[in-house]
Amino acid sequence: MADETPQDVVINFDEVSLAFDENVILDRVSFQLRAGQAKIVLGGSGVGKSTVLRLVLGLLKPDGGAIYVNGTRVDQLSEDDLMPVRDQLGMVFQEGALFDSLTVRENVGYKLFEGTKMPIPEVDARVEEVLGFVDMADFGARMPSELSGGQRRRVAIARALTARPKILLYDEPTTGLDPITALTVDDEIIKLRDLEEVGTLLVTHQLRDAFYIASHMAIRENGKLRIVAATPEKVAETEFVMLKDSRVHFEGHLPELRESTDPYLRAFLSGVGEVTLDESA
Amino acid sequence: MIDKIKKGILEVQEYVCLMGKVARSLVTRPFYTRDVIEQFNQIGIGSMTVVLLTGTFTGMVLALQSGVTLDQFGARSMVGRLVSATMVKELGPVLTALMVSGRVGSGIAAEIGSMVVTEQINAMRALGTDPIRKLVVPRVLAGIVMVPILTVIANAVGMVGAWIITVTQLGVSGGVFWNSVVQGLYMEDVWMGLIKPLFLGFVIVSIGCHVGLRASGGTQGVGRATTNAVVASSVGVLAVDFLLTKLILTLLY
Repeated sequence: MADETPQDVVINFDEVSLAFDENVILDRVSFQLRAGQAKIVLGGSGVGKSTVLRLVLGLLKPDGGAIYVNGTRVDQLSEDDLMPVRDQLGMVFQEGALFDSLTVRENVGYKLFEGTKMPIPEVDARVEEVLGFVDMADFGARMPSELSGGQRRRVAIARALTARPKILLYDEPTTGLDPITALTVDDEIIKLRDLEEVGTLLVTHQLRDAFYIASHMAIRENGKLRIVAATPEKVAETEFVMLKDSRVHFEGHLPELRESTDPYLRAFLSGVGEVTLDESA
Repeated sequence: MIDKIKKGILEVQEYVCLMGKVARSLVTRPFYTRDVIEQFNQIGIGSMTVVLLTGTFTGMVLALQSGVTLDQFGARSMVGRLVSATMVKELGPVLTALMVSGRVGSGIAAEIGSMVVTEQINAMRALGTDPIRKLVVPRVLAGIVMVPILTVIANAVGMVGAWIITVTQLGVSGGVFWNSVVQGLYMEDVWMGLIKPLFLGFVIVSIGCHVGLRASGGTQGVGRATTNAVVASSVGVLAVDFLLTKLILTLLY
């Protein structure tokens, strides 16, 4: 478990391979995520994007290669040893994966209720704080089945945030949402990345949202929070990784992705109108 | 064919692995006491109605049927003996277990199965809780503790049901009936009647949990898992009952 990565690399994927029977999912995939920055993993359906997140969490084990989270090698740890690593990570599952037998409040506070000896009033205060952050403060007593899709995603983000992780993993956070609701979720992701300095590993095939997240930033102006067009330095803090045929097909920043002449990338991008690409807040 | 055998062996291997993890989780921290109590309530108290009904009707029908048979030998007064021996040794444990596997085994498989397919199990692991400790251990404990208790209750109401039928339909006096009930029971029978449901409870719940955790393929998969759980645990109950009977007869009698 040697620390082979520079200090600010929080997630390091080193030549990771994974196959289910004959079906190769990942073939020597490597990339790194730096503290406080964002990495957006793109790719068509079924290319193993979500698998990447599961590997980081240790929910799956790779067949080859090494995965480091904050310098700890996670791919060979036992379930019990993985728990401290998972404490540093927050995961937003596709569709939210909220516990449907628990209320929103219990869902959001789950980790603190179960994993810590924190007194209940303190947990409640923290739950209220994170629910307020995602604009869901009034929904604490509801059951997940009473929420809309977008509300569920936001509760899922709140739940991932509760224990103050420094890295957040998002699995298709906007898939299946209408464009307006998707933007509210995107704004939460931007806020967390820029204001809370949370490292972001995001998996999606929704290019629109990926571009929006890369090209915008959150600022606090006179105590008011605003989402504005990102400065070039900020754009450089969000990197894209495109997976194709279980390999990394492209790795780079937003401008390079837009200007790429690669036929596959062009085909992938053509789904997004130029209007969206050049749109600024 | 080979594929099927392979799959079967894999399934058994996964089951054994799961039980190994359960055993390890029993002796190490953390232990979720609140969930254990909740499952005692769900599995134990929740199954009470169905067990009471099953027990009563089984006792009643047993009295009726054995009355007819015993009449052939002019031994109608021995009805209590037959009922108590059958109930305590065999029908009480097995019928209770079968009813519980229909109610609890399927419920567990459906609940855990839907948590698997909606990624709630993964979410739980990601949030630092081991689903085996949180979900499987409390259910297994509740199965082991509550099924014997439910069996004792089924036996008791079964004998009350038999008593009512014996007195009202067969015209045997209550005193004769209860005397014969006690005469028909030996200490070994009572032990057998208590040891069996302990294992049967374990079989039902562990199969339910295992099948639920292996569910895949959306809501359809959950439906499949539920059916499989009921079928597997019912067959498991009868098979384990046979093996245990053989074993206990060899060891105790």
